Amino acid sequence: MTTADWLLSLMWLALTAYVLLGGADFGGGFWDLVAGGSARGRHQRELIEESIGPVWEANHVWLIFVIVLCWTGFPAVFAAVSSTMYIPLTLAALGIIARGASFAFRKASTGLARRRLFGAAFAGSSVLTPFFLGTVAGGVASGRVPIGIAEGDIVTSWWNPTSALAGVLAVAVAAYLAAVYLCADARRAGSAVLLGAFRRRAIGSGFAAGAIALGGVLVLRRDAPFLFSGLTTVALPVVVLSAAAGLTSLALLVRGHYLVARVSAALAVAALLWAWAVAQYPMLLLPDTAIDDASARPEVLQVTLLVSAVGAVLLVPSLLWMFWLFQRPAPRKAEPG
Amino acid sequence: MAGWQVLADAATPGDLMAARMQMGLSLGWHIIIACFGVGMPAITVFAEWRAIRTGDEVYELLAHRWAKAMGVLFAVGAVSGTILSFEMGVLWPGMMETYGQVIGLPFTLEGFAFFIEAIFLGIYLYAWDRLPPRVHLLTGLPVCVAGVASAFFVVCANAWMNQPRGFDLENGTLTGVDPWAAMFNPATPPQTTHMILAAFMVAGFGMASVYAVAILRGRRDRYHRLGFAVPFTVAAVLTPVQIGVGDWAAKFLATNQPAKLAAIEGLYETTAGASLHLGGIYRDGELHYALEIPNALSLLAHWDPGATITGLAEVPAADRPPVNVVHWSFQLMVAMGVALLVLGLWCLLVRWRRKRLPESRWFYRFAALSGLAAVLALEAGWVTTEVGRQPWIVWGVLRVEDAVTPVPGLGTGLAVVSGVYVLLTAATLYVLRRLAGTPLPLAPQEPGPEPPTPERGEP
Repeated sequence: MTTADWLLSLMWLALTAYVLLGGADFGGGFWDLVAGGSARGRHQRELIEESIGPVWEANHVWLIFVIVLCWTGFPAVFAAVSSTMYIPLTLAALGIIARGASFAFRKASTGLARRRLFGAAFAGSSVLTPFFLGTVAGGVASGRVPIGIAEGDIVTSWWNPTSALAGVLAVAVAAYLAAVYLCADARRAGSAVLLGAFRRRAIGSGFAAGAIALGGVLVLRRDAPFLFSGLTTVALPVVVLSAAAGLTSLALLVRGHYLVARVSAALAVAALLWAWAVAQYPMLLLPDTAIDDASARPEVLQVTLLVSAVGAVLLVPSLLWMFWLFQRPAPRKAEPG
Repeated sequence: MAGWQVLADAATPGDLMAARMQMGLSLGWHIIIACFGVGMPAITVFAEWRAIRTGDEVYELLAHRWAKAMGVLFAVGAVSGTILSFEMGVLWPGMMETYGQVIGLPFTLEGFAFFIEAIFLGIYLYAWDRLPPRVHLLTGLPVCVAGVASAFFVVCANAWMNQPRGFDLENGTLTGVDPWAAMFNPATPPQTTHMILAAFMVAGFGMASVYAVAILRGRRDRYHRLGFAVPFTVAAVLTPVQIGVGDWAAKFLATNQPAKLAAIEGLYETTAGASLHLGGIYRDGELHYALEIPNALSLLAHWDPGATITGLAEVPAADRPPVNVVHWSFQLMVAMGVALLVLGLWCLLVRWRRKRLPESRWFYRFAALSGLAAVLALEAGWVTTEVGRQPWIVWGVLRVEDAVTPVPGLGTGLAVVSGVYVLLTAATLYVLRRLAGTPLPLAPQEPGPEPPTPERGEP
């Protein structure tokens, strides 16, 4: 592997972390949106808020990290994608603002009307943001973003069959991950009702995401032939792994193994992302921009990998401690004394 | 479909202006919130440390209250910072395509700092009852350090735009990059120091303003007095330091970025023994109606009343920044800084002579405005440095019109983004006001104008 390959792998790893962690936070917003009226959906919303609250900001940083690695390691790709994708990226950025701010505002608010207003903004933007980010991915994967500044069509680059598929798939996958993760949280909170509700939602959204991915293959065959041929040849084992892990997660949910189901669901989604990467390798932007045509100078790649390795020494233990801390049963409020 | 097709034409002047306004709006908005993210954790952790050391419930309550506001501000800061990283590419792809890799290092490091900040802030805010008090206090320290580090790294990148270093260019292609030299460019020390101090001043004066308002409304109990005194002291102590650092930053411009200093001072001709001008309007190479202090500019910039100051005339007309905006922003920043210095001295004098906080209503009226003044100084300072760099996005290397995206319709984008920011501003202010207005759970320690609550055990 070249230095550029290593940096690209690091970037893809960070993107995977964002989809698995940040994606699930958006999925939490999706289930908040469909939880029903204020009284009926109250317990679901509380559980979602408790699960997301302490971790969503850290999960969100993965996105920043992906963006920064992209412009450092592959500046021409960053310039091409962000200039051509001006519209969906601006909408996604505004969605991110609406999601994060209104989530924090709702938590700090009292009064039904205000909590409803901020809650609606939080939940609505949690669906729109992954959709728009998905359309960007679809545009890149179907070869609609050529190298160069704003060389692609600023509308059809993200408003096309593959982008629509990727956008809807992003929302479905986020909802699926969130529901699977929330099952274990519901069990820890000791609520059989919530556990049942999220288990049904996890299985339902798992089937939906699988169906969209499967049906999407037909879309890709017509609309993104390069990706399609990659997915059905070199990347086929990874596609199969994704499907198998997805089905396994559903079986594990049925049998009540909620922590292992999380791993299996995450693997299914991660494999989907890596299948795309394998199918497109070594092309960054279609039709003919390969990794070595668009990567930064070797001295930049080396320094970036070096500081990332050092940074990881600080980051990984901190992240693990955070997740461990908030996955333990909550202590009783207000200890005596 | 063909109608939408964009050939990489140059952006119209209107689109360029819209892109600059959108960047300015989102950066200028984020930076206020970011200042609280940098300064507020240290002040909050200090209050928590006092509470643990002394068992003082008032400090504990303050720490809880500040942590709650910090949670809201950090969330808003995190997301309003994200749009900036999008905009780097969406609005300025011409800069990022070539130089993204040159300034990638400080941003990569900033990513890690932001991670540490977010992780430990999550722990600090949500694990208050999951950790022993001392461990909880310690989890606040990475938040303080990472907040300052984030500010340092981001401003390194901005400093590079003023003093681009660490790369070799041949016919528009990079032939060598030294990321460390780019990051530690000559503008890095004065700019980062100036910004980090500014962040503590905005946070300190901003927090103190809230309690100054409460004190003006007659709530002079210990909670409100401490809530005022702790952040106000931090900010007031740093103000003279900041004025010294500002002087250093200006001296730096005199030797390294003379066109910016000339715009700041409205100086057209290169002059020996140059005067300092207060106020005035710049027209046709001259400042009109300004108050002139002879030789003061040369003295301030070089410690020599006869020193020569480079004027705008030395720079081709097309390379000059707009003078009036830069001149007035600088004057506003300095005026606010001096006013805050006087306010701090007032408080210090009363505390030194009478061993208590000032009681004058006028003091608290001005103190209530100190947060606003600090924010004005912050924004004016940013306008000075950003507009003073014009017409360059990378000083002397790349012009803004060559960096901006050729995509049409940036005016529409600006309108949409502005609309979102109006709503965001309104909601943020509303929620913060509600938090500040939440009634206190504890009885006031001393009887104030409000009726004292009877304590347990009393008849």
